[in-house]
This record gives sequence, structure tokens and C-alpha cells, in this order.
Amino acid sequence: MSVTHRQVVDDLLPSPVPVRFVAEDGTAVEPPAGYPAPEDEQLREAYRRMVLGRRFDRQATALTKQGRLAVYPSSRGQEACQIAGVLVLRQNDWLFPTYRDSMALIARGIDPVEALTLLRGDWHCGYDPAATHVAPQCTPLATHTLHAVGLAEALRRKGEDGVVMAFIGDGGTSEGDFHEALNYAAVLRSPVVFLVQNNQYAISVPLARQTAAPALAYKGIGYGVRSEQVDGNDLVATLSVLTAAVRHARAGDGPFLVEAHTYRMDPHTNADDAGRYRDPEEVARWEAADPLARLETYLRDRGLLDAESVASAHEAAEEFASRVRERMNADTRTDPYELFDHVFAEPTPQLREQRASLTAELTSPED
Amino acid sequence: MAAMTMAQALNTALRDALDADERVLVFGEDVGPLGGVFRITDGLTKEFGEERCFDTPLAEAGIVGLAVGMAMGGFRPVVEMQFDAFAYPAFEQIASHVAKTRNRTRGRLSLPIVIRIPYAGGIGGVEHHCDSSEAYYAHTPGLKVVTPATPDDAYWLLRDAIADPDPVIFMEPKRLYWSKGETDPADRRAAGFGRAAVRREGRDATLVAYGPGVPVALQAAEAAARDGVDLEVVDLRTLVPFDDETVVSSVRGTGRCVVVQEAQGFAGVGAEVAARVQERCFHSLAAPVLRVTGFDIPYPPPKLEHAYLPDADRILDAVDRLQFDDEPDVLHLDREAS
Repeated sequence: MSVTHRQVVDDLLPSPVPVRFVAEDGTAVEPPAGYPAPEDEQLREAYRRMVLGRRFDRQATALTKQGRLAVYPSSRGQEACQIAGVLVLRQNDWLFPTYRDSMALIARGIDPVEALTLLRGDWHCGYDPAATHVAPQCTPLATHTLHAVGLAEALRRKGEDGVVMAFIGDGGTSEGDFHEALNYAAVLRSPVVFLVQNNQYAISVPLARQTAAPALAYKGIGYGVRSEQVDGNDLVATLSVLTAAVRHARAGDGPFLVEAHTYRMDPHTNADDAGRYRDPEEVARWEAADPLARLETYLRDRGLLDAESVASAHEAAEEFASRVRERMNADTRTDPYELFDHVFAEPTPQLREQRASLTAELTSPED
Repeated sequence: MAAMTMAQALNTALRDALDADERVLVFGEDVGPLGGVFRITDGLTKEFGEERCFDTPLAEAGIVGLAVGMAMGGFRPVVEMQFDAFAYPAFEQIASHVAKTRNRTRGRLSLPIVIRIPYAGGIGGVEHHCDSSEAYYAHTPGLKVVTPATPDDAYWLLRDAIADPDPVIFMEPKRLYWSKGETDPADRRAAGFGRAAVRREGRDATLVAYGPGVPVALQAAEAAARDGVDLEVVDLRTLVPFDDETVVSSVRGTGRCVVVQEAQGFAGVGAEVAARVQERCFHSLAAPVLRVTGFDIPYPPPKLEHAYLPDADRILDAVDRLQFDDEPDVLHLDREAS
């Protein structure tokens, strides 16, 4: 039986409205067919990690005020995306995060002080990408989506069943590299999932000025990439859709694009002033759609969470934050000479000369 | 040992590298069944299969970005940019990721990637096909930049580039693709990654050249010899790492230096060479270090490229300006001797 053009298109197109399992008030709604509900224990685990992630995020912002971090781009409000995007991955899968995804790094098990190394003002990413299977957080926009495709290709060619998850924001989808990544992944049928966290703003520019697409998820169809859109403040839906996306990629069915509609509750970074470009009423409306409160109500109503487990999740988060605070308050020494060590595997004669001249400068008696 | 064109030497190097190491992959635009627009990858897909040598969609940032991910995943990609000026879309990938990944992961990730770029002019190419873009790459910390001038060097420098743990920008002078020379893929004694080569010994002045400028410098040296001026010709081979030792030793021996490059002159590799020479050889120099370069204009159309390209005459004019007729600075020479 031949497959019609219409069927091919329909198979790739996202749902006309974002997939949703839980309404803003925490009550269950009927999800579209094809997306099974996540297991209860997975939801409880996600809840604990979201509580911890939010507390960590708040702690990191506080550390900027104390001068312990050079800058911090908060992802408060995006906890469902950050946690679901990591929970669906296995140990041998890879994550390609952006600078706004520190919460996901923590969920992936990266040491928080290592995760904050770059934002502390150091010159390297802090953690070992090869050991953690987490690429360095990417500051240039969308360039890493191509690396994700390359790594997915490497896994496929080695006969491994690993999948690569690439995070990107709404602004990043305007960059050329994102489009090249979608195209390459589709042509090569790479096992990669692109998770667009549409948090409505690229620094100060709202989505309406970023794109005229009906939704960012429609950017997949032109490349032949299966796409979906989901309520990114609904952890249950986000987890379900991303589970399906990862399964699709792992099965060898090619890449998958997921747009998660969410909101950046805080300014772009601690150095930004969001009051200059957005209405406080808009922020208040999204506050009512908070992903953590929504999940908590949903789980409590279904008897999956009680006061005791809520309290213990918050307690664990407090302990985590307090350890982070304590460790980040310790002064560290950065070795200026090490700057020359990792330009090449072996420093060139010129780098050795320059290292010697810096040594002379820093150790001269006048200092 | 066999006489090969540079194109054949590069093709042989790719074949031998694919054969020697299964992690080596070749990809880019039209490099598959076609064998590349310059046929440098001719026959590789047929011999090694589409998994090892394949065509990509037409997007240069995509090619290099893909290479970054594949290198992170344990492969050793050798990618082709079809022409010098077509590589610019990949520049962000090259400058922000290829060059910096070792550094921003504190040495935990290395990217053994070779980016092959046919470059420079002299083949009658139309616009956007003849840029000399080497300075952009040489200026970027974390990249090694190589440019062969002979088929034997093309073979060995490419083999060494592929084996290198760091990313290498491999600049292939287009107009030398069809030049012939003895090439010995069995004998790596001539290999010189990171070392400049003295192509012709001479007493009176040093010509420092690289890539497409080397045969022109040699031609100038032959002409000068007929007038009784004995020129030494140094072929840099790798711009990064730069071989100060060979250049300095040559210029200290001759006391005069002309740097030759086909690229436009301003802020180019030749300026760096001239600066390094005068910083290190000042007391040996009997004349200012001169540069012979292209002009600071966009690369001209094929009908006018002869007016742009530095030729032997332009080099000889510079040699004439090296103040051979001036009285020697006796005090200066005494200082040198003491």
C-alpha cells in the first residue's frame, strides 16, 4: 500500500495545540493518543528533582549578588523542561546544553561547583564531558546543535544505541546552525532529539518578533523532521512527549523536534532588567501556570505525594543549596600559567616563550 | 618513490590514512562519487564505502559542526571546504569551537579534525573562488595551519595533520595541484610538520615563502643567480606552529630578508614573519625586511589576476631594494662579532 503525501506530512506535523496532560490548576486533562502516561515513581522522582533544581537556581542567582558568580542565567519557571529532558536519558546518552541549562546539569548528576565553574568566571567548563556525557554548556547560539548531530552520528556509526539530546531556546531557532542541524539530522537519520525551550524571550525580544511560524515546532516539517509541541510547564506531558521522542530516535527512526512552551520567570541574567521590556501582568499570568505547583497539586490529588514527602524534598533541596553556598564561598586560586597548557596538546615554542614571559612578569620583585 | 602531482599526493595521503585508521572519515560537498571538484577524493567512496567517504548537504557550518561532534565521539574527520571563500559560513564553528574546545574543556576533549581548504588564485577562477584566507586561521589560537608547496610535502603534511591530536587547517594551493614532484609515501624522512624547509641555499638574502609563493620565490632565485645574486629560499610549510629557528638561522646567515606571500599584504602572515625576523635578527640585518604581497584589493577577476599575483619580477625588484650598494655598517658588524 502506498503512503500518500498527506500521510507523510501528517506523520511529521506537530499537534495543532501543545500536548497537555495536566491543566494549570493541576487537574488532569485528556491527552492526545500516542503519548502514554509516565510511571508514578518517575513523576515522584521528577518532583524531587524539580524542587532541588529550583532551589539550586535561586542559590546561584544569590551567589551573583555576593560576587561569587560572574553572571547567572536563571531557568526558574523552566523546571519541567530541564528535568524531563534529563530524566528521559540513559547513562550512555549525551546531553548538549546551553548556558541556561545549569539545572539540567545538576539533574544529570554533575557536581554543582563544577557546573558553575564557567559562570564563576573561569576559562573552562568545569566538568569532564567525556565522563559525564554532557557537552560543555554552549554560549554561542545553536552551534552546538550541529555537534549534537555529529555525536549522534558517531554513536550510530559505532553501532551504539545511544541518543543525543540537544537543548536550545526560542531565539536560537532563528540561527542558521539550527536549520543546518535539522537538515543534517534528517538526511543522515541521526538519533538526536532537539528540545526547544520556548521561554518566550530572547533576552528582550519576544517570540512574536522572533518568528512568524504558527509554532516553533513547525520548523521541523520543512526538513522532514518529526515534530511535536508540548506544554513545557506540564511535567507529565513534557516527560511523556520526550520519552516518545527519545524512543523514536533510539529505534533508528531519525531525529525528533520538540517545542516546549514555557516561560523565563527571571530576567535573562542577573545583569538584565526585564522591567524594560515586559509587563508585570504577563509575568503574573505565567506565575499561575507554575510547573512545580502544578505537578505538586496533580500528584497530591492522585495520592502520589503527601506532606511528608513534600517536606523531605524541600529539606533535601535546602541541604543541597547550603552545601553549594558553602563550597562556592571558598576562595579558589586559578593558575594563570595553565592558560597556556590547553591551547594545543603540546604547547608550540611560541606559547612556551609567552608562558615564560608571563612567569617573569608575575614573579618580578617589583610586584 | 614516484613522480606525482600534488593532487595525486593528497589523494594518496587520504587513501593511506583511511586504510591505516578506521576512525578516519572523509566528508564534504561533492567529495563522494564525484571525487571532489578538484578530484582530491577521487575513488575513495568506491574503495572505502559511503560510511567512510560521503557527501553532505550543502552547508559549510554544518560540515564543520558535524565534524566537531564526530570528533567528540571518537572519529577523526577530514573535511573539505570546496573553495577558500566558501568556507566563511564555517568560520564561527572553526573560531568558537574547533579552535577552543581543548581549552574550554581543560584538555579533556581534543578535536583531531583536518579542514582541507583549496586556496589562493592563479587558476583563472571567478569571484569568490581565489581568496587567500590563511591569516584568518593563523590568527586564531588553537588552530594549526599548514600549507604545502611540493607533492611530497602535501603527502606527509596531510598524513601528519590527520594523525595530529589538534585541529589542522590544511590550505592547499590550487595552482600547485597539477605540479609534479618526486613523492615517497614509504619514507617519512622528508616529513616536516612544524619545521620550515630550506629549498635553496644562498648567501646574499633570504626569501621566506609558503604555499603558492614557493615556486615563484625559487624562480626569482634562479633569475637572481644569473645576475650573480645568491638567494636562499625558505618554505615555511606550517604557518602554525611557526618555525622561528629555521627562519632566524637563515636570515642571520644572509643578513637580508624578503617575505613573499600571495595574499593581500595588510595584517597578513608576511607582516608577522617580518616582525619576527626584525625582533630576532636586528643586529644581523643590513637592510629593512621587505614584503612582496598581493595588493589590498578583493581578489581580481581572472582577466586581471596576472596584475595582482606577486611574480618573480616583483620579488627581484624587492631584492634590488635590499641596499646591497650601501656601505656596510662596520661598527654594527663589530658588535655582532664580539
